[in-house]
Amino acid sequence: MGNGKKGNISIAEFYSKFGIVLIFVILFVVMSIINHNFISGVNLRNVVRQVVVITILACGEQLMLISGMVDLSPGRVLAFAGTLSAYCMLKTGNLFLALIVGLACGLLFGVINGALITAFDIPPFIATLASMQMADGAIMAFTGGQNYSNLPASFNFLGQGYIGFIPFPVIIMIIVLIITYIILAWTPIGRALYAIGGNQAAALASGIRVKKAKFFACAFGGVCTGLAGILLMARMSSGQPAAGEGMEMDAITAVIVGGTSMSGGVGNILNTIVGSLIIGIIKNFMNLQNINSSFQDIVLGILICVAVIIDVQVRKANTK
Amino acid sequence: MKQEAKMVLELKNISKSFPGVKALDHVSFSVREGTVHVLAGENGAGKSTLIKIINGLYVADEGDLFLNGKKITVHNPRYMNSIGVATIHQELSPVLDLTIAENIFLGRAPLSKIGTVQWKKMYAQAQKLIDDFGFHYDAKRTMRSLTVSDMQIIEIIKAISVNAKVIIMDEPTSSITESEVEVLHDKIRMLKRQGISFIYISHKLDEIGQIGDEVTILRDGRTISSHRVGEITTDQIIAKMVGREMSNVYPPKHPKIGDTILEVKNLTREGVFKDVSFRLRAGEILGMSGLVGAGRTEVARAIFGLDHFQSGEIYLKGQKVTVKNVPDALKAGIIYLSEDRKGEGLVLCRSIGENIALANLKHFSRGFILNRRLEDKETSEMAKKLTVKAPSIKTSAGSLSGGNQQKVVIAKWLLQNPTVFIMDEPTRGIDVGAKYEIYKIMCDLAEQGAGVIMISSELPEIIGVCDRTLVMAEGRVTGEVEGDDLTQERIMSFAIGGGQS
Repeated sequence: MGNGKKGNISIAEFYSKFGIVLIFVILFVVMSIINHNFISGVNLRNVVRQVVVITILACGEQLMLISGMVDLSPGRVLAFAGTLSAYCMLKTGNLFLALIVGLACGLLFGVINGALITAFDIPPFIATLASMQMADGAIMAFTGGQNYSNLPASFNFLGQGYIGFIPFPVIIMIIVLIITYIILAWTPIGRALYAIGGNQAAALASGIRVKKAKFFACAFGGVCTGLAGILLMARMSSGQPAAGEGMEMDAITAVIVGGTSMSGGVGNILNTIVGSLIIGIIKNFMNLQNINSSFQDIVLGILICVAVIIDVQVRKANTK
Repeated sequence: MKQEAKMVLELKNISKSFPGVKALDHVSFSVREGTVHVLAGENGAGKSTLIKIINGLYVADEGDLFLNGKKITVHNPRYMNSIGVATIHQELSPVLDLTIAENIFLGRAPLSKIGTVQWKKMYAQAQKLIDDFGFHYDAKRTMRSLTVSDMQIIEIIKAISVNAKVIIMDEPTSSITESEVEVLHDKIRMLKRQGISFIYISHKLDEIGQIGDEVTILRDGRTISSHRVGEITTDQIIAKMVGREMSNVYPPKHPKIGDTILEVKNLTREGVFKDVSFRLRAGEILGMSGLVGAGRTEVARAIFGLDHFQSGEIYLKGQKVTVKNVPDALKAGIIYLSEDRKGEGLVLCRSIGENIALANLKHFSRGFILNRRLEDKETSEMAKKLTVKAPSIKTSAGSLSGGNQQKVVIAKWLLQNPTVFIMDEPTRGIDVGAKYEIYKIMCDLAEQGAGVIMISSELPEIIGVCDRTLVMAEGRVTGEVEGDDLTQERIMSFAIGGGQS
């Protein structure tokens, strides 16, 4: 009958719609007051540039989490794909080929994840943990831990260039965000992913091709990872096998802070952008305040707890 | 019946509001010692809220609660439990992998001085409780090995073990078989003689006569009236519940039966069902009766491609169809409404509109893009047609009442224009008014030339709605009943499995 929860639902709904934006605004104002450098144009542009990689990874994780899965592999796959792309750039000098190789490498791991999860029914946590190990091993076997520097300017432009006053990687990020938004809100497969995360049995009984949709989410996540890897290496002007470790956690944090449910079925990309920006400004602010990185990790850890606690409360209020 | 029995529990002028709704408006009734007091009312009448006030989950805005003449001033579930008010919820939540004894003593196992569990003592006590209750299970069995009705009995035993004086039972018989209902009712009668009172909620109105002593009817949060059972007829109760004369519980039958549209031949799934054959004709409502576990649901799921089968054939309008998965079945025009509304029918966290659209995404998309305007238009039309009561189609499906949830699932399937619509227990846990609407939908579908199969454990609705019924027992079709033969006795004789004629 649901009469009893009316008050709670509106609070829960309010949070899931606007709460995250409110938190962002409050943080932004407080940080601006404490540190005047924070609000400078140069600094804000830096923040946006720094969240590019996390946000693109978060787009992939968004599809995974909404359909009730999770991907632990991006942190290493990104390094493999990015390094491979940089290597290819150095050897062939062909930017187009380098891009294809990087994206294909990401896609390959997405396909591996998808196959493990859909064909063999391996829980996503385990499947992607395994592929993370594989990527980690592959990258070390391939590079021996060596960095590839002296990349040509055309490659570095991907991570450092500007079009007008807008950083090039930010444009890429916006395109990926728009694609993700369209997939989730305007395509049958997006609907299917929400339904699968919300109630897989019901999705199956409604004729949704569950495996196909899950496979798609994994593959899409892989391409996002490949792209993020290329942009990260280009920003650092070198292919670094050790880069990106643990970034999947930042991406997952962004998605969860943005109100996507860990158990699937609920969430949207607009809030994830805000989640990603919140992580971005917190990190940036702590850098400005000279807080060392260990403390930054503690703060991010607390942030995950808070976000998940809110998620659990929201779900409690929403179900009878 | 003890006419002069004293009042155990009295509710006086209980009111409760939630933002925007007055859920209860000066509700009063009293429960006598050693009686079963039935609460009757449609979904949304306020029964659930009332129960939550009695068991301490909610605090009333107005009005008082008296137990044995003493006004209750503390309102929380633990306290209410300690003074003898126990609730057995509709959806039981036992810990399946623990033993019966562990479930009975969950959270209050006998402890030794150093705080460890005294297992021997606990099992001995539990076994004694079970034996005293005339029940023959070993206390060391796991809950998982029990049937739903047995779990209910364990819940009752648990309630008695904490000296409950008033036991509230919310739809205890919604998912158990007729014979199990009998056992449950016997136990309730036994406890009545020991002076324990019950507040009993059921959508099965025949139960009022079978087990009730008194009945209070609620509608729109108000008490309409209280009666001694026997002084009021079922029809009068229904009229008071819905607030209007319900001339009929079932829509009139006037079938226009056409050619065979579905033919199932020798469908077999090892160990589940065997050699199931039947025909369904256009315009026909075909019942599938049988005891729970007879294999009816399994046959339907196999036809719909949700489960596999080893051998047998399915013909649709004379053409053989291969159904390997749900999309195959949908393509052929076969629809199955699951008996498990929350488990397989709805995505509770998504909106009404998205749920209705879920099986029809292809229809709503142009290429890879959804036409959301078309989707909104058609889903809201369908929701309106089926009178889904909700503020808008953006409302989440989880916040609806059972009847409205069922309408959402049906709306999803009606958008498909099904040729064959299999409905599995479509009216389970749904109030009288909504039941009628669902029967009406079935009749309308049949009238438009579709074939409808209704799986139901409620014999009255099989007889009231179906033109013909198959009876299954132990995975086989044991009989087929039609016309004047459509009687409870006839169906039951096949359902018990004896009537192999």
